Amino acid sequence: MNESANHNSDKLIVFENVSKFYGEILGVNRVNLTISPGITSLVGPNGSGKTTLMNLMTGLIQPSRGTIRVLGVTPDDPQRMFSFMGYCGQFDSFPRGMTGFDFVFSFLLVHGFPKKEAEAMAWRAIERVDLVEAAHRKVAGYSKGMRQRIRLAQSIAHDPSVIILDEPLNGLDPMARDETKRLFRQLAKDGLHLIISSHILHELEEMSDTIVLINNGYILAEGGVSSVREEKMEEHPMQIMIRCDRPAEFASRVFASDSVVEAQLHEDKHGLFIKTRNADSFYSLLNKMVAEQGFNVETVAPVDDNLNAVYHYLIGSGGGGQA
Amino acid sequence: MNSAIELEATQPTGGNLQWGLWWRQVRAILRMEVKKNFWGKRALLIYVFAAIPVLVMFLLTFADPDAGNDINKFWSSAQEIFANIFEALILRTMVFFGCAWIFMNLFRGEVVDKSLHYYFLSSLRREVLVAGKYFSGLVTSVILFSLTTAGSLFFLYWARDYPANVNYLFDGPGLGQCLTYLGVTILGCIGYGAVFMFIGLFFRNPIIPALLVYGWEWLNFLLPPVLKKISIIHYLHTLAPVPMNEGPLATVVAATSPWISVPSLLIFTVLVLAMAAVKIRRHEISYGSE
Ligand SMILES: Nc1ncnc2c1ncn2[C@@H]1O[C@H](COP(=O)(O)OP(=O)(O)OP(=O)(O)O)[C@@H](O)[C@H]1O
Ligand SMILES: [Mg+2]
Repeated sequence: MNESANHNSDKLIVFENVSKFYGEILGVNRVNLTISPGITSLVGPNGSGKTTLMNLMTGLIQPSRGTIRVLGVTPDDPQRMFSFMGYCGQFDSFPRGMTGFDFVFSFLLVHGFPKKEAEAMAWRAIERVDLVEAAHRKVAGYSKGMRQRIRLAQSIAHDPSVIILDEPLNGLDPMARDETKRLFRQLAKDGLHLIISSHILHELEEMSDTIVLINNGYILAEGGVSSVREEKMEEHPMQIMIRCDRPAEFASRVFASDSVVEAQLHEDKHGLFIKTRNADSFYSLLNKMVAEQGFNVETVAPVDDNLNAVYHYLIGSGGGGQA
Repeated sequence: MNSAIELEATQPTGGNLQWGLWWRQVRAILRMEVKKNFWGKRALLIYVFAAIPVLVMFLLTFADPDAGNDINKFWSSAQEIFANIFEALILRTMVFFGCAWIFMNLFRGEVVDKSLHYYFLSSLRREVLVAGKYFSGLVTSVILFSLTTAGSLFFLYWARDYPANVNYLFDGPGLGQCLTYLGVTILGCIGYGAVFMFIGLFFRNPIIPALLVYGWEWLNFLLPPVLKKISIIHYLHTLAPVPMNEGPLATVVAATSPWISVPSLLIFTVLVLAMAAVKIRRHEISYGSE
């Protein structure tokens, strides 16, 4: 079959207006993102939506809105997608009763590789993560770091060209960390797509080509290391608190506008929070609504303190604080 | 430098049918799942469970020293008793609950263990996963419950005289009956397996739907003929070589011919599996509090 061969998007990972809600809970919202080959770091604090984004990319969960394409393939074609993609997720769990080798080897067979080839590939991957000696022991008896490494081996064993890694350095000692980072660099040098998440920016900073900052389900910034550092705060969504009558109606009206990315009612029902990427156009919208719809607005106040805090936590010189 | 990886992994992909690849993948799934089914800690209980009818037959025929004589004298009532044991105990209890356990655990067990995502992250069509999981449940349940039926039959015949057996088995209807019992057991696994795999995949708490199916199947004999046919036990019942007496309350319905029963059951199974295959395409991995 001949897909609409779009040469550009066939080398890229593209999120188009992707949102994911877990029932009422926001996972990620309105993500528009294009990821090129090389090492991309996805950085954000706990609960910011890193895992959600990665699970969406790999089809483990379905987006509430929007579309995702990885090198031109959508997640609803897993046979094609995982012939070139590997995902080492955050779940620290394994099928019952398997040895490390069994685990890697069995899923290579599931991929459809013939036995001999699968065996050779499994050993090669296990070598890469330095677990040859422990390969015939049961995974249940592995240490946390070893489990992390055998899962890494499993996700790269079928020689994917796109590798997605959710906090892969978690639980590794400093030596294993360095080893693993060296492996990532090696893989990236071979022309692979690597997407790595972490809640510690500087841990990945020096090896990343691109950094994507995420918080509370929104992409805050995206670009090369230096450009992300220098990017001005004005370009990040700004949070504004508004006290007015009929806040629910107000919210639904402003939410329809492009300049507002989020609207959230205040607990006391007499106000709301909105987030905007373009404060000027929001203020003019606000004036129009007061004039034309007769809203009675009491206060309008920017409340960007926590955003600043996150940004400094991630970007600031002391941020993260783990070696 | 490890540059051997470069071009090696270009697997056959694309939209066309790839039966060779899919069959290999089904075998790879079977390899893992059947091992889990027979050697896991969960397996021990099911062995004991599957052995109960054999034990019952053993006690009925061996524990009573006169049993052999009685069976010789009243062979036709012995057969009726066996028919009841087969249908009430083996089919409606062992095969039913055994399949419920085996097939509901195919997916649920991996949700509990948080390991289902490894399949979802393989270069594997979800439909092929459904097929592979189903076959592995089928292999397990067919081996187990065929042995149950065969073992129970063994004790039925064991208690009888040698020449009478040879006559009945090879010059009479005996062998055909035995094979039919085995065939009905296998059909039971096929039908119940599909139903329970479906339930295990799509209900967060599968116990209630499973009990509803159980109630439906037991009350089947009371149902009007049209509803009767929407069940698995109806077909198994009419296929049994010596049908169980369902009692005075049972609604009478003309026995369905095997030429209809067997294909009906198989078509029903294929439909349930197709529904599972369609639904699993949009299935999300969520292991609860993660
Ligand atoms: N299955 C789920 N059901 C309900 N809410 C969920 C679920 N998974 C994630 N969430 C919510 O979505 C948001 C994003 O979670 P996510 O796991 O993507 O964050 P994360 O950046 O990976 O965090 P961490 O660094 O802790 O791994 C959180 O508020 C979380 O509570
Ligand atoms: Mg996470």
